[in-house]
Amino acid sequence: MGDISNKIQKFIEIFIDNKGYVKVLEGLKNTLTIAIWGLIIGIIIGTLIATVRVIPKYKRLPRILNTICRFYVGLFRGTPMVVQLLVFYYVLLPLMNAHMTGVKVAMLVFGLNSGAYISEIMRSGIMSVDSGQMEGGRAVGLSFATTMRMIVIPQAVKNILPTLGNEFISLIKETSVVSFVGATDLYVAFNYIGSNSYEFMIPYLVMAFIYIFLVLLISIGIKIMERSLRKSDRRH
Amino acid sequence: MIDVINLEKHFGDNEVLKGINITIDKGDIMVVIGPSGSGKSTFLRCLNCMEDPTGGQIIFNGVDIADPKVDINIHRRHMGMVFQHFNLYNNKTVIQNIMLAPVYVRCQDLKKAKRHNFFLPITNLFRKEKQDKIDITTSKSEIVKEAKEQALELLNRIGLEDKADVYPSTLSGGQKQRVAIVRSLAMNPDVILFDEPTSALDPEMVGEVLDLMKELANEGMTMIVVTHEMGFAREVANKVVFIDDGQILEEATPEEFFSNPKNPRLKDFLSKVL
Repeated sequence: MGDISNKIQKFIEIFIDNKGYVKVLEGLKNTLTIAIWGLIIGIIIGTLIATVRVIPKYKRLPRILNTICRFYVGLFRGTPMVVQLLVFYYVLLPLMNAHMTGVKVAMLVFGLNSGAYISEIMRSGIMSVDSGQMEGGRAVGLSFATTMRMIVIPQAVKNILPTLGNEFISLIKETSVVSFVGATDLYVAFNYIGSNSYEFMIPYLVMAFIYIFLVLLISIGIKIMERSLRKSDRRH
Repeated sequence: MIDVINLEKHFGDNEVLKGINITIDKGDIMVVIGPSGSGKSTFLRCLNCMEDPTGGQIIFNGVDIADPKVDINIHRRHMGMVFQHFNLYNNKTVIQNIMLAPVYVRCQDLKKAKRHNFFLPITNLFRKEKQDKIDITTSKSEIVKEAKEQALELLNRIGLEDKADVYPSTLSGGQKQRVAIVRSLAMNPDVILFDEPTSALDPEMVGEVLDLMKELANEGMTMIVVTHEMGFAREVANKVVFIDDGQILEEATPEEFFSNPKNPRLKDFLSKVL
């Protein structure tokens, strides 16, 4: 017992007296900015790719674009996030003679990566709307784009939004790899506290709790969103 | 009104339609029957290019709509279609379902006319024959108001005016199909295509849908109906067509068709279903 209270005391000492909390707050801030910007960039890229992938492929241009997009998705889904970060930071940046902070690189790579996943989320969301809805719109003379906009996409959003929340959760959790490119995230912050106090048990425990807390918060948000969507499903 | 000339359709190596020739005149009620897999639904879906024909022509009001260069959306506005599974828009209320296309199309035309008038002073500079302004007699709110009145009238006709503001998921199958029929009516089409309109309905609801279709037929609407309802074919149609194996094997008046079938496969088919 005395051992553990000793450890807690050491943790508090570093956390408060040695300004460890500054580092933790910075890590938390970076974790959130990387995840949020990753999601925003991902949604933009994902929307573009999903658009290319659902339009009919009678002509040559859509077919070429479609092939490019499939290649993109295959590339980013086929390699681990860490590898993408490392390649971007240690291979592409030096090759282009550019300098970027680790946090910015992480934001960009997370965006590019989640763009690939989000495009698939959106595509499957659109595909899961009954094909009869599209036919019903086309049969009265609306164009493909108009039918998509007025009939199919409003229904697809109900399938997409909850899954998008899950993507955000996994982005938050995956930020724990950005220390590979020298950015301070929650892991780096608590590692700093740990190595200063020669005591890792409590810092890592607190870190785990912070992650769980964040994820729980988002899950509750998703649940509320899902409920309100379902309410609109059965309006009488 | 519709001339189908040597219509062909194949999915990969699978030839579904092998050269169909038929003429549909204004006011015709044509019923298409045939065993399942014979290509009758594909034939109907080719008529408004829901499936792109792979050969032949479909002359509708003087235009070959099977030509990929033709803007099919404009022609589909004059060609209603009713589906087996209703295909009402799930995210719209009943009245919105009916109003959506008419309002959108008319607003689109209005926008085009406004744009035309706006740029007219500039574009006329480059024209030898000057164009006139298009008279704009309507506004967006008026279009919506008119469409709403029309939609309510149509709902009134099928006795569902109290369901105007509910979502399709709360309607019964028969009600859905009747709404789908008046939705296609809202565009004032020249012809309506029915793709097995009663096949997905409970038996007790088939009657109400067939009654509405009979009403339309009596009003002189041109209809092409793919169905298994032999009673409807006998009673309402003025032309019955038997399709098997992607070809029209018999085309006759209903009396002739049912009492004196000539083709041996039709005889066989009728002996099974009647």
